[in-house]
Amino acid sequence: MDVFVPRTLDEALEIKAARPDAVPIAGGTDLMVELNLNRRRPRALLDVSRLAELRRCGREDGAVFLGAGVSYTRVIAELPECVPLAQASRAVGSPQIRNRGTVGGNLGTASPAGDALPVLAAYDAEIVVATRDGARALPWAQFLVGPKQTALPPDGLILGARWRIARGPGSFSKVGTRNAMVIAIASLCLVLDEEQRAVRVALGSVGPTVLRAPDAEAYAAEAMARAGTWDDPAALPAPREIEEWAQRVAGAARPIDDVRGTAAYRRHACAALARRALRWALEDRRAGGRA
Amino acid sequence: MSVRTLPVTRGGIGESVPRVDAVPKAKGTFLFASDLWAEDMLWGFTVRSPHPHARIRSIDVSGALAHPGVRAVLLAGDVPGRKTYGLEFADQPVLAWDRVRYAGEPVAIGAAEDPETARRAGERIVVDYEVLPAVTDMAQALRADAPRVHDFGNVLRHVHIVHGDPDAPADVWVEGYYETAVQDQAPLGPEAGLAIPAPDGGVDLYVATQWLHVDRQQIAPCLGLPAHKVRLHLAGVGGAFGAREDLSMQIHASLLALRTGRPVKIAYGREESFLGHVHRHPARIWMRHGARRDGTLVCVRARILVDGGAYASSSAAVIGNASTFACGPYEVPNALVDGTAVYTHNPPCGAMRGFGAVQVCFAHEAQMDRLARALGRDPVELRLRNALRTSSVLPTGQVVRGSAPVAAVIRRCAALPLPPEAPPAGRGDPRAYPGGCGNVSRGERLRRGVGFAVGYKNIAYSEGFDDASAARVRLRADAAGPIAEVRSAAAEVGQGIHTILAQIARTELGVERVAILPPDTGVGSAGSTSASRQTMMSGGAVQAACAAVREALFARVRRSLARPRGELRLAGGLVLLDGEPVGPIAAFLDEPVEAERVYHHRPTRPLDARGQGEPHAAFAFAAERAVVEVDEELGLVRVVQIAAAQDVGRALHPQSVQGQIEGGTAQGLGLALMEELQLRDGRIRNASFTDYLIPTIADMPPVVSALVEEPEPGAPYGAKGVGEPATIVATAAIVAALRDATGRELNRVPVRPDDLAGLAPPVAPVAPPPPPPQGSGPEPVPWAHGLATGQHELLQEPAHEGAGEDPRPWERTRGGTGS
Ligand SMILES: Cc1cc2nc3c(=O)[nH]c(=O)nc-3n(C[C@H](O)[C@H](O)[C@H](O)COP(=O)(O)OP(=O)(O)OC[C@H]3O[C@@H](n4cnc5c(N)ncnc54)[C@H](O)[C@@H]3O)c2cc1C
Repeated sequence: MDVFVPRTLDEALEIKAARPDAVPIAGGTDLMVELNLNRRRPRALLDVSRLAELRRCGREDGAVFLGAGVSYTRVIAELPECVPLAQASRAVGSPQIRNRGTVGGNLGTASPAGDALPVLAAYDAEIVVATRDGARALPWAQFLVGPKQTALPPDGLILGARWRIARGPGSFSKVGTRNAMVIAIASLCLVLDEEQRAVRVALGSVGPTVLRAPDAEAYAAEAMARAGTWDDPAALPAPREIEEWAQRVAGAARPIDDVRGTAAYRRHACAALARRALRWALEDRRAGGRA
Repeated sequence: MSVRTLPVTRGGIGESVPRVDAVPKAKGTFLFASDLWAEDMLWGFTVRSPHPHARIRSIDVSGALAHPGVRAVLLAGDVPGRKTYGLEFADQPVLAWDRVRYAGEPVAIGAAEDPETARRAGERIVVDYEVLPAVTDMAQALRADAPRVHDFGNVLRHVHIVHGDPDAPADVWVEGYYETAVQDQAPLGPEAGLAIPAPDGGVDLYVATQWLHVDRQQIAPCLGLPAHKVRLHLAGVGGAFGAREDLSMQIHASLLALRTGRPVKIAYGREESFLGHVHRHPARIWMRHGARRDGTLVCVRARILVDGGAYASSSAAVIGNASTFACGPYEVPNALVDGTAVYTHNPPCGAMRGFGAVQVCFAHEAQMDRLARALGRDPVELRLRNALRTSSVLPTGQVVRGSAPVAAVIRRCAALPLPPEAPPAGRGDPRAYPGGCGNVSRGERLRRGVGFAVGYKNIAYSEGFDDASAARVRLRADAAGPIAEVRSAAAEVGQGIHTILAQIARTELGVERVAILPPDTGVGSAGSTSASRQTMMSGGAVQAACAAVREALFARVRRSLARPRGELRLAGGLVLLDGEPVGPIAAFLDEPVEAERVYHHRPTRPLDARGQGEPHAAFAFAAERAVVEVDEELGLVRVVQIAAAQDVGRALHPQSVQGQIEGGTAQGLGLALMEELQLRDGRIRNASFTDYLIPTIADMPPVVSALVEEPEPGAPYGAKGVGEPATIVATAAIVAALRDATGRELNRVPVRPDDLAGLAPPVAPVAPPPPPPQGSGPEPVPWAHGLATGQHELLQEPAHEGAGEDPRPWERTRGGTGS
């Protein structure tokens, strides 16, 4: 097995162009497990963990850019204002995994249970991908094309994710049968976008890939508009409307039975998480937009 | 009057001294079995059956042998000695030949120059299987038309206990059905060992095990070697919990080493570890409890079914325990218990912490709560009213002779302070709510519940086994003073026996320097590190050996003293005569003093056809109270607090005892809430730590514990074993608390979120309880077929005075010699 250790992004992209079979390795918390379990035997590894270009993180022209190589520990420390992302990062694995694991790796693996992914979906993020010929941004849904499948070209690397900064509360929650270090049975990210008066919700672990619930989103945004909630945080949609929203979110799930949980429970959990997340967001707006 | 400071020996019994292995383990320098390495060693690998039941048509090893770096591939035909082995019964092939009986059964082994080559070589061995119908349901296994796992049928053992009049009338009856899933011991250290061929044609095997001598007893015949040519040495053990009682890679590595003439290491990965050791028996239990209006128990009827899987392992003893402990630590004047262990084509089940008592405790404690509800009585008071005590008669007719502070354990536990009220709902730290780090709650739909459970189990082996322990102690002096060397084959598996043995030597010999020599088969058997027995058994052996050394030393002292009368004592490195120092111990050690002693526990007697006998040597009791919070919508749980009171006889190392209570509780919590090895059609679906979940620190509540110290007569310092009781009661207490919080029936563990959220109904039996199998019991069926090996052979030295020529337990019953 060859191991390439490029010092710059350009060098890395040159290598990737010459050796498309070289598998990128960042924190290794997914890849090394695959290797150890004998599920994969790549001919070559390409270490992207030292590329400064992938370690950038912060605000750039009204957007947030999160480099592919930024660890969850750094997300928690450096992007606290991105509340759902920080909450998702805290929900990942253990301190050791959060120190090594990266959002780029979560995207690269593209598991429907990846905890950062519902957040990126609810942010309507773009995934920035580069090849030797240049970089381009793909909407998240065009990047995450299926279970463990991405639109990353064989000679490409993930540079990071970028999303417009939206004002408004939001949260990330994940359900598992253990109180830490657990793969989600169901997860949900909710974002309220005050400027666009939009509600965005994404679900993890309840379908072949991360799912949005557009019907529920539209319903909730309208219910909030009807109630005047967008202008007056104290004016709340009716409980019946919150319930309808929760059922519509659950209706968007496409869950299966597996060793981790049943489809029935997953759907049930989606409704519960949706109900809670919207109530929390409404509570937080009333409390002064603290989120 | 002069002030005199009495010499004291530091680090003796009763002190929570630092563990002898604490620093290397904390620093990461401790070598576990998987770290073993030898110059020029090969890496062994195992090819396992993917089918639960199949005939082997042919095995083609040519592809593997042609692979560069492969040094050997062996099949059943290459086993030079006995082709089968077993802890109690030799019904398990070293390597399968005509058929495989569970998915994961070894069919071929090999050795290669490096682990990667070994892995690849294994993939190149082609086995042609004819898949056969399998029986993977324990009730189905009892049907006449079920596929037979062994030629002699699917009944492994049936235990029938009749006590008093099981038809006695009662004022109130309650009835329940309970299921427990397959739990795994999940030791963090996977199975590993290193076999080194010796110039004498024998083998030195370094291995992580729980009982060196019983391993050798099984290995040597298969290798076709006399026992003395098979030398076992304990390697660093990364947890055991019963999983290392049966052999895993021992014979395989030895065969490969002898064949290749090179050291061979086998270290399982995590997935193979789940396939390569036995698990906790899943159980189905039907129970009926009858009581008088005033709460006095009148009668218990229990039908217990456990799935032993494809091979016997210790199933016979496990069903013995499940049956004899089915009525709980209560006085039950009338009882009828029928317990059956069956063979199926599931992976074998065997020993795990709690050993049969866990499953029945879950059931009998749920029954006690039902009874309390039916009678309108307080569940703690109901338990107190019926609590066993010394001189109580058990359903087996056995009279409780040792200490039995059941009422004290219940009272002490109930009196421990409760945790503060639930935090107010709001944006607190999500870890304060069920769901923890997943951030699912601000306190919605939160319900608190409290549950209580009491349980008990035997210490040391039962039903006629004389699992004695030997130890050798040598007292010598060097430039630094006196030092005691303790040689014992007791396996240190992380529980702390080495620290205890050193403490005992200090207390007995008055020296502070103690060396624990590496455990191996060069000294007599210490018996198994299981059944909560080593502190009592090997502690007893070291205490007795020290006493013999001390007497020999005193004889020397007396010879050299002018004033030979008076009481001699050893303390603080000094010899004292009537409390006055007469000189340093080292001054009398020009020659070392050495003694070896064997400790036996109180003899036990096997069960007869009506389940009567004196099966157990001693008992340990525990009570736990669990406080839980349930998110009743999401079905998630936070255990808020565990209060534990345990009967420990005497705490030789209080911190270790507390550690065992906490660790045991964690394992019980795991069974209550998450630990289940999921089987489908005989195959394990979650053989990884990704999907076999064990509790993390975020799942474990604080444990407040009370140690109840009523010395056990005849045991060293009165100490009882402490490793298992907490595991037995924790599951039952936590589920009781979940019932209290939700009002749901919850009759199966682990309890799943679906159960708590009301998405799944309670489990119902698919069929009525199966009738007791005809004509079997109490002896295990493989016994009758001449398969007794392992423990039975090793422990066949005449056990006790009057035990007769052949102390093998069931033979003794038959011969009617009893004791
Ligand atoms: C014990 C444990 C617990 C875990 N818990 C969680 C959890 O709670 N939630 C969760 O979501 N995940 C969890 N994971 C999975 C894992 O930690 C995450 O998916 C993490 O985000 C992976 O990041 P990494 O940097 O380690 O990826 P790596 O393992 O280095 O890479 C993962 C994949 O992404 C590709 N890749 C990485 N970087 C790039 C790049 N720049 N360009 C192109 N491809 C790239 C790699 O080729 C590989 O295919 C856990 C893993 C372990 C071992």
